[in-house]
Formats: sequence, structure tokens, C-alpha cells
Amino acid sequence: MPRVVVDVMLKPEISDPQGQAVLGALTRLGHQGVQAVRQGKRFELEVSDPVDEAAIAQIADTLLANPVIEDFTVHVQTMPTPTSMDRPLAPGRLA
Amino acid sequence: MTTDIRVGVVTFPGSLDDGDACRAVRLAGASPVALWHGRHDLFEVDAVILPGGFSYGDYLRAGAIASFSPIMREVIDAARRGVPVLGICNGFQVLCESGLLPGALTRNAHLHFRNRDQRLRIEARTAWTGDLAEGAEIVVPVKNGEGRYVATAATLDAVEAEGRVLARYVGGNPNGSSRDIAGVTDPTGRIVGLMPHPEHAVEELTGPSTDGLRFFTSILASLVGAGAGRAT
Repeated sequence: MPRVVVDVMLKPEISDPQGQAVLGALTRLGHQGVQAVRQGKRFELEVSDPVDEAAIAQIADTLLANPVIEDFTVHVQTMPTPTSMDRPLAPGRLA
Repeated sequence: MTTDIRVGVVTFPGSLDDGDACRAVRLAGASPVALWHGRHDLFEVDAVILPGGFSYGDYLRAGAIASFSPIMREVIDAARRGVPVLGICNGFQVLCESGLLPGALTRNAHLHFRNRDQRLRIEARTAWTGDLAEGAEIVVPVKNGEGRYVATAATLDAVEAEGRVLARYVGGNPNGSSRDIAGVTDPTGRIVGLMPHPEHAVEELTGPSTDGLRFFTSILASLVGAGAGRAT
């Protein structure tokens, strides 16, 4: 089953205080070589073959990202690494 | 002749301030109507309030998932027909996510949840602020973690140029909102979003002031003036 990865980042003109907080932590940890950090979101969608790219774009543009303040990119992985998502859970059991 | 103005207050999963919004509507002299997020029914209310809280736990983005609720289909259609809508805090986030208001609300610039009494200056004349003079300063509680209002410079310039800044923070900006914007309105003055909580400033016993009550008396006056509600 193909996996679609949608990466969402704040638009460059929107300031990112969470990224700045991470940068502050890196600095405190002694990492002098990192100049800036911006934090975003990554969504992994297991989708049916064939991949409906128009539907994915609509999903990304209307739900996963807020186009007012966020940009997104879409990548399709045809041979994704298995995750615990791939094994159905027995009723009442935690994975 | 008395009229029966009915103001709907939506409850989403995780809404917290729906109860206080209903109370404020009642104190103002109108009838609150509880609206359920999962139903396609506004019960023909004369105005709608989207209350504060943490709908869907603020998952994904605050207000994002709630903006796709069945009730929001009705709220958006009603707003486009001219029914007044007030979004408070999480409700403001829902209005922006729904595209009914410009811009977006993001994580507070200092990353802290800010909960304090806040002074605001009212700058726009709207259906929800008719009882407040332009330039009036009021004190209402602000409580938010994702209350920073942001938009592109072009959008902010347009909002300001069109007189659509509803209110600005004065005496300190609690969340880093661009240009100290605490609330915005649509061009008609009927669809309004505000980060602070007027419903928490309606009684001397429980609020820093009773300034917030003016939002609810204003919409009542606006609707009575427009001939809404049933004569009883």
C-alpha cells in the first residue's frame, strides 16, 4: 500500500517561536553550529493504489495545512517501511 | 411589544465557555439556544456564537477540525446570508480556519499560556460592538495558548485600511499578535472574531468588569433594530 508523506511548514514570513525555543535549547547544549531552526509537521497517509494525487492535494490544502500561514509538500513512497499502523490491532489490545 | 431574540451558542467536543456565553446572552436579555456541533440545525436563531475552549483538544491546529463540523456548514451558509456570528477565542480560530475571517491564530510568541485581565481598545463599529464607543477601552480576561494573530503584511495592511480591526491590545500584548490585533471583523460588521473573552466580564462578582456584557447587549439591540425575533 503506498504511503503519502505530507510535510507542512509555516510560511517563511511567519515567525516560529517553537523553532526558536529549539534553537535556544541547542545553544544551551553547546551546539554552536546551528544558526536557525524551524519546526513543522509531517503526516504519513496510507492510501489505496492508485494514488489519487488530486485528492491528496485537496486533503493537504484544506485540512493538513492552513494555506493562510503554511506551505506543504507531498511525496509518494511506493515501498514504505512497515510501521505498527500496518498490523491491525486485536480488539481491546494495545499494540 | 417585546421581542424574543434567540442567540445560538455552539458546543464542540472540548468547548469550555459555551455555558458562560449562554449566561451572558441571558444577562443581556436575549434567549440562548444550545447548538450541537454534530447537527445540521441552527433552529433559526437570530445570531450565532462560537465559544472559547479547546475543541478537539486543539489537535492539528486550534479550531481546524471544528471548522469541518456539520454545524459549521450551517453557520457558514447563515453567515453568508447575513446572520451575525461572534467567534470568541477558539471560536475566532474556527472562523479563521473556515475562511470567514482573514488571517490565522498561532502559538503565542512567548510559548506560554497567558491568562490575565487585559485592556482592549475597540476600533470598529460592528453588530457586536454598537453599545461601545469607538476608541472605548474595556477590560476583559484573555486566556490562550494559541492566540497570536498572524497574516501576511498585505492582509494586515488591507484589514487596517478597511477599518476591520475590531480591537487592539493596549497596555501590553499578551500573545505577540501582529500589530496588537485582538479581534477582526468582516466588511459587514456582522462576522466578528475576538481572542479575549467578553463572556467572562459580565458580572461584578465574577469578572474584572462588566464591559463584556456590551457585546451581548449590542447584538440584541442590533437585531431588535433590524426587526428580528418574534413579537410576543
